[in-house]
Amino acid sequence: MTALLTFTDRGIYCPDGDFFIDPWRPVPRALVTHGHSDHARRGHGQYLCTHQALPVIRHRLGEITASGIAYGERRRIGGVTVSFHPAGHVPGSAQIRVERAGEVWVVSGDYKTEADGLAEAFDPVPCHAFITECTFGLPVFRWQPQAQVMAGIGAWWAANAALGRPSIIGAYSFGKAQRLMAGLTPQGPILTHGAVEDVTTILRSQGYALPETTRVTPGIDARSHPGALVIAPPSALGSVWARRFQNADEAFASGWMALRGIRRRRALGTGFTVSDHADWDGLNTAIRATGCERVFVTHGYTGPFRRWLAEQGYDAGIVETAYGDEEEETAPVAEAHP
Amino acid sequence: MKAFATLFAALDGTTKTGAKLAALTHYFQTAPEADRLWTIALLSGRRPKRSVNATELRLWAAEAAHLPLWLFEEAYAVTGDLAETIAHILPPPATASDRSLTATITFLASLTGHPPEARRAAIFAAWNELVPTERFLFNKLLTGGFRMGVSQGLMTRALATATGQDEATLAHRLMGDWSPQTTTFAALTAGAGDTGTGDTGAGSRPYPFALAAQLEGGPETLGDPADWRAEWKWDGIRGQLVHRAGAFALWSRGEELVTDRFPEFAPLADFLPQGTVVDGEILAWGSNRPLPFAQLQPRIGRKTVPKKLLTEAPARLLAYDLLEENGQDLRPLPYDTRRARLAALLADLPPTLPIALSLDVPFTDWASLSETRATSRSEMAEGIMLKRAASPYHVGRKRGDWWKWKLDPWSVDAVMIYAQSGHGRRAGLFTDFTFALRDGNDLVPFTKAYSGLTDAEFAEITRWVGKNTLERFGPVRRVTPELVFEIAFEGIQKSPRHKSGLALRFPRMARWRRDKGVDGIDTLASLHALLTATSG
Ligand SMILES: [Zn+2]
Ligand SMILES: [Zn+2]
Repeated sequence: MTALLTFTDRGIYCPDGDFFIDPWRPVPRALVTHGHSDHARRGHGQYLCTHQALPVIRHRLGEITASGIAYGERRRIGGVTVSFHPAGHVPGSAQIRVERAGEVWVVSGDYKTEADGLAEAFDPVPCHAFITECTFGLPVFRWQPQAQVMAGIGAWWAANAALGRPSIIGAYSFGKAQRLMAGLTPQGPILTHGAVEDVTTILRSQGYALPETTRVTPGIDARSHPGALVIAPPSALGSVWARRFQNADEAFASGWMALRGIRRRRALGTGFTVSDHADWDGLNTAIRATGCERVFVTHGYTGPFRRWLAEQGYDAGIVETAYGDEEEETAPVAEAHP
Repeated sequence: MKAFATLFAALDGTTKTGAKLAALTHYFQTAPEADRLWTIALLSGRRPKRSVNATELRLWAAEAAHLPLWLFEEAYAVTGDLAETIAHILPPPATASDRSLTATITFLASLTGHPPEARRAAIFAAWNELVPTERFLFNKLLTGGFRMGVSQGLMTRALATATGQDEATLAHRLMGDWSPQTTTFAALTAGAGDTGTGDTGAGSRPYPFALAAQLEGGPETLGDPADWRAEWKWDGIRGQLVHRAGAFALWSRGEELVTDRFPEFAPLADFLPQGTVVDGEILAWGSNRPLPFAQLQPRIGRKTVPKKLLTEAPARLLAYDLLEENGQDLRPLPYDTRRARLAALLADLPPTLPIALSLDVPFTDWASLSETRATSRSEMAEGIMLKRAASPYHVGRKRGDWWKWKLDPWSVDAVMIYAQSGHGRRAGLFTDFTFALRDGNDLVPFTKAYSGLTDAEFAEITRWVGKNTLERFGPVRRVTPELVFEIAFEGIQKSPRHKSGLALRFPRMARWRRDKGVDGIDTLASLHALLTATSG
């Protein structure tokens, strides 16, 4: 009997269901965990993702043949049964469960274990084999509770607002940006870069609770909105676009800001450690909660993390994938994604 | 530690000078006085003694975190910083405390001499009551490697604002051989301790060194050559010789007292009048010209100097400025006036003394000076110094009046064979490389270099290293010999310790030769030829 899931140069493949999960080359049928560009790519014949993930995926990929599925809904595809379960990474993100004759494999996609109040909270899924990301799979990565991080960002915003200067924070336009606007205590108006606003509008219309935001258009600048929080993709920091907010204080929100060397290398103002990926403890807790015997690690510090899991008694392997090129992960530590 | 941790976070979180200045000023006004004093000490490179070594710390940290040592090492390779690695891998603290900076340093000092078991227990307990940022600073104090991205000048400015004292006066007071154990904040900043005598006391204190800026391009932009004076730029150790009542001291530019390392200068105390401070270059001296810097090197990091060294490579001070005469501070006077007084002072000394005027290099126009500069290497100099005739002796690096116009460096094209990840700002990037030249069919490593490229280039090379690693030795990777770099350097010397038989001075990557492959690199023989041509 063939393995339930196999690893090919196009992506993770299920022979009995004849589908791929998050493939990075065009395939006839793709099951997609979430809308980040390294997981939801162009060119597939058919897409299947959660109802909640679909609008953003359609917005990003344009004309595609796609259908949605509810969290927890079981669907038969060929000789297997699949279902999608909350991954807590971004709104609509899922782990994908594949079952055949009582044998269960789960593909984690990207995930984080702490509930952020916006994305559907991570739900551990019991399985025999777990394919897990490990973007931050080293014990130096330990996130503070979200409330504490948000309080820190809030204090930074308040201090700038008191001086009458705008605060610009760089955050990935899908997920991180909305998590910030939803999690921060309002201190003034929130302005958004177009890339952020597009996604925000879509998520708001889906019913996610997001505060009021204003798209930055000509005429909006430091004078019209002193003390505003401006949320923009990291690439906009220090750019011509950002110059309209003269005197603004810049910050960057990313898990990589946990490392002092990287904070200093970016030299772009303050670094806040905010990640939509699991930290060291989160990864270990999640793996334990599945009750699995086999683990495949991908996307991150795979070498050391695999060895660590093997020493914990798991049958652990490494899967090479092409994930990890989404904006947050464009490897400030290039080591992380060789 | 909380106030100090807040200061550190503020300094570390910004690249803006104004914000750093504000944070420091606030700290110097509000922190406990003893902590202010220790902070000045740390920022000016006066470290507490180490009471634990790095090997012990790694083992203890891995143990406290319940992690295998290999995983600790993997994490360390990614952060590139031992203190940071430990700060993050330990579980959250079980209790809290707010020991002051001074109390923490005293606590660490008290560990010295205790058996490892006792030190281990004390450090475990301390880790368990500090949050990660405080832990990081605690570990930095433990390991001794403190860098806070604050220049001496910036610190002095903040201190001047906080205390209302004159900046130049403060800069002078902060020089010299004080430590938090020998003075107080009030004494240091208000000058109450200025009565200190003896060869290491406040009375022997040097002046802050005036520093030259690098002259890029030619000197034509400096204006009329008649306004300028030229000297050779020597390749030695910058030093200030201080002779005052009851004090005779030689200070290096790093504010280190080096009197004992140069015993040949002792007789100068009998000949130089009291109240004299001379600025100059310490060189190892042959019969009538300087010896290579390598001959001076054995003196560094040594408490006493072997006889052999004194006869083979005697030291000499080439004086270029007079900062104090008859106890009077000459620094505000024009350079020409100070030089004239210096020349007169030295002219009265017996010629056998190891001190001489660093002679003017005469010139009439920039073109002729440029020709003279081209001969620097045969004079055992690195290039030309240009000083404005009318300029005062500045504190630190003030652009405009003092310039160093160095010779273009030598260079060779070499291939990278090992890569190691950097530290601090460049953690996670491969930045430290070992290079090889061709020797017949072999590639022979001959130098390391770690500066000269942009962050973007380092990032690109880091990705390349990820794909082209042949072997790993801890943090070091052996890579495919493929990437070629132009290595620039200032000097070359024999070195039997190295496989290549030579060592370079100030090697750096001048540029990445993407146009060249490993077939195009230079040979080791070519460097040996250069060595033969220049030694003598
Ligand atoms: Zn993602
Ligand atoms: Zn991803």
